[in-house]
Amino acid sequence: MNGAAARFLDSDLWVSFKRNPQVIGAAVFAAILIAGAVFAPWVAPHRPFDLASLSLNDSMLPPAWNPQGRLAYALGTDDQGRDVLSTILYGSRISLLVGLASVLFASTLGVTLGLLSGYVGGRLDALLMRVADIQLSFPAILIALLVDGIARAALPRGAHDERLAIAVLIGSIGLANWVQYARMVRGSTMVEKRKEYVQAARLIGVSRWSIMLRHVFPNVTGPVLVIATINIATAILTEATLSFLGVGVPQTTPSLGTMISNGNNFLYSGEWWLVVFPGATLVLLCMSVNLIGDWLRDALDPRLS
Amino acid sequence: MHWLTTVVRRAATIALASALFGQGAFAVTLRVADQGDAVSMDPHSFNESLQLSFTGNVYEPLVARDKSLGLVPGLATSWKQTDPTTWRFELRRGVRFHDGSPFSADDVIFSYRRALAEGSDVKTYVGTIREIRRVGEYSIDIVTAAPFPILPDVLTLWYIMSKAWCETNGATQPVDKRKGVENAASFRANGTGPFRLKSRDPGVRTVLARHAGYWDRIETNIEEVIFTPIGNDATRVAALISGEVDLMQPVPVQDAARLSQNPALKVMLGPELRTIFLGMDQKRDELLYSSVKGKNPFKDRRVRQAFYNAIDIDAIRSRIMRGAAVPAALLIGPGVKGFAPEQNRRLPHDPEAARKLLAEAGYPNGFEVKLNCPNDRYINDSEICQAVAGMLARIGVRVQLETESKATYFPKVLSRNTSFYMLGWTPGTYDAHNVLFSVMASPGAAGQGQFNLGSYSNTRLDDLTARIASETNPGRRDAMIAEALKIHAEDVGHLPLHQQSLAWGMKRNVNPAQRPDNFTPYKYVVVQ
Repeated sequence: MNGAAARFLDSDLWVSFKRNPQVIGAAVFAAILIAGAVFAPWVAPHRPFDLASLSLNDSMLPPAWNPQGRLAYALGTDDQGRDVLSTILYGSRISLLVGLASVLFASTLGVTLGLLSGYVGGRLDALLMRVADIQLSFPAILIALLVDGIARAALPRGAHDERLAIAVLIGSIGLANWVQYARMVRGSTMVEKRKEYVQAARLIGVSRWSIMLRHVFPNVTGPVLVIATINIATAILTEATLSFLGVGVPQTTPSLGTMISNGNNFLYSGEWWLVVFPGATLVLLCMSVNLIGDWLRDALDPRLS
Repeated sequence: MHWLTTVVRRAATIALASALFGQGAFAVTLRVADQGDAVSMDPHSFNESLQLSFTGNVYEPLVARDKSLGLVPGLATSWKQTDPTTWRFELRRGVRFHDGSPFSADDVIFSYRRALAEGSDVKTYVGTIREIRRVGEYSIDIVTAAPFPILPDVLTLWYIMSKAWCETNGATQPVDKRKGVENAASFRANGTGPFRLKSRDPGVRTVLARHAGYWDRIETNIEEVIFTPIGNDATRVAALISGEVDLMQPVPVQDAARLSQNPALKVMLGPELRTIFLGMDQKRDELLYSSVKGKNPFKDRRVRQAFYNAIDIDAIRSRIMRGAAVPAALLIGPGVKGFAPEQNRRLPHDPEAARKLLAEAGYPNGFEVKLNCPNDRYINDSEICQAVAGMLARIGVRVQLETESKATYFPKVLSRNTSFYMLGWTPGTYDAHNVLFSVMASPGAAGQGQFNLGSYSNTRLDDLTARIASETNPGRRDAMIAEALKIHAEDVGHLPLHQQSLAWGMKRNVNPAQRPDNFTPYKYVVVQ
């Protein structure tokens, strides 16, 4: 056993994790789903995006335990004959990709601007924080819709290209969520920059950039991790909402949101499996991520232990 | 004592209401939800069923159609042929537009010029007319370029507008929504119809109110129509179930059975004249959206036939349409003059043959092409396109599917900015000539081929189309129609899919007349 792993197994974090069955359950579920999504091409029973493999004659089959269902399609099929289980696995890929990437984008942007704002101060601080104020007065989904709309208008032809659509989605969700990080990092930076170690560094002539990056930054990142974890769930939900509204990823490469949107049309006619399974997956995924995030916040908070 | 005041107030309201409206049928508001919205209020700007159906409540043609599509006098009281190319129309006297101004021959002549002006989408209905002569204030002569026996049938979708109103409002020309221009007539209206436009909020809500001075006695007891587009199928169904709307069109095929079990509701099913088909760009030397460069694969009949052979129409009928469709081999369906059942035989579904044809044409590994489809115009339009994309994938054709709302779809495909598209066509005259002229003939100046968006072209078919227009002998006319349809089928000019069924959902007490052209004249709707 190497040093880092030993230290981790000995840490408060691990101990607190072991004592918390809810979080273990959440982590196991998230791990299974992430693994299923990442390895979808190998574990999924069918290839739902390979149009040539779909057969309309297998469409709208109920789940396997129903007398009309078939074992090959454990959770049933949709109106195009796609296997629901496989589509969920592939769809989670897009949902997770968009969720993680947009959080990464938002946190990078937010932390950078927060650091600059807090450390440089003055006019830059005033400007950035007013922008943040304005943005905070709108719900994030509205900002995401706005950015998404502008990006589509600016890129008229390519917007239907699947990769570009995902990039636009990541960008718009990221831009809608950076404020939280910036606000938080700015506050901590202002506290840190008055501390003795920063002043000492300045006295011995370390450059501003170096102080910001090498001394202040490591001391303000703890809470960023917590916000980021909780934000993953929000970002996944935002993606699902946008796709549900029809401005997310294209119909032919469904994410969980597009699956729910499509399944919604069949709720009244009794084909419940089209909306229930992707919906349940989305709920469970967001709940597990949230549980992990909450636990992380408590475990990292020295005042609670 | 809140409940008491409420009761008293309600009783007073009821008493007042019955005093106002008498004993008979009481006045009601009809709330209608449709899959889409009329694109504009201008009756000349867009030749589409919903657009013409909706504006047909506000504006009127010279010759109208009744509940069963029979011709009846509209703004003209009578018409007769005075020589093979001249028709005398006597106009209705005493008709007033909604703004109170009188209707006369000048409005008809003005509307003729307007329907031919740049930006008009209804040229196809007046294209055969050479001129309109004013005989008197209530009498006109319509002169056609060649003998045109079905002239009255063609005039039913050409609506008459007020000359004075259009001039005052700067709307003397229809504007082309495809170019993004709109004018006063796009948002406001002044017709002679049984309903006047009360308010218009495009894409949200359009309100019609009964025109008190309407010239005809009509059976409806509706005083007001509130029209709301609800694009999402499930939301539209929910709106009907919850009682938010009284009439809903169309019922999603998967929900028809369940809705008709609801004791408060009913579903009206019926055949529709519209034929759904796919079209291919056969004109450009290189397709706009394809992996094939330097040539156009759709110019090769074998490629078109391969596409046809690849489509499993029975699977689409049973799975996607849940039986609510009739597979078609022609671009006209039963009920349209010129339809011959023995001609309505589809090429077989045969992926093997399709692959062979593609290989012969020089595409053994298929190719890539973009398919444009609406997602709120026809029943399950985007689902059909997804299924077609899957079927074509099996013969090696990689389809890049682009589905969008009809508000952006039609401007795009009608400007021919497409390589492969979906369209549905209801012949406005219920006669094969309309389809031959608008959809199959080579695009020409008089409005021919205006909706032949892939510019399929066959000179023999063009020639037949022109002769069918003026042929008065029914037997010879039918023979020419049959020949033209045969040519089109042999050329695989388009890929016919099916006639969809009409499905309207409504409250039990709502009684509309369901016309096979999917028009909803509110004057035929009675609420009990």
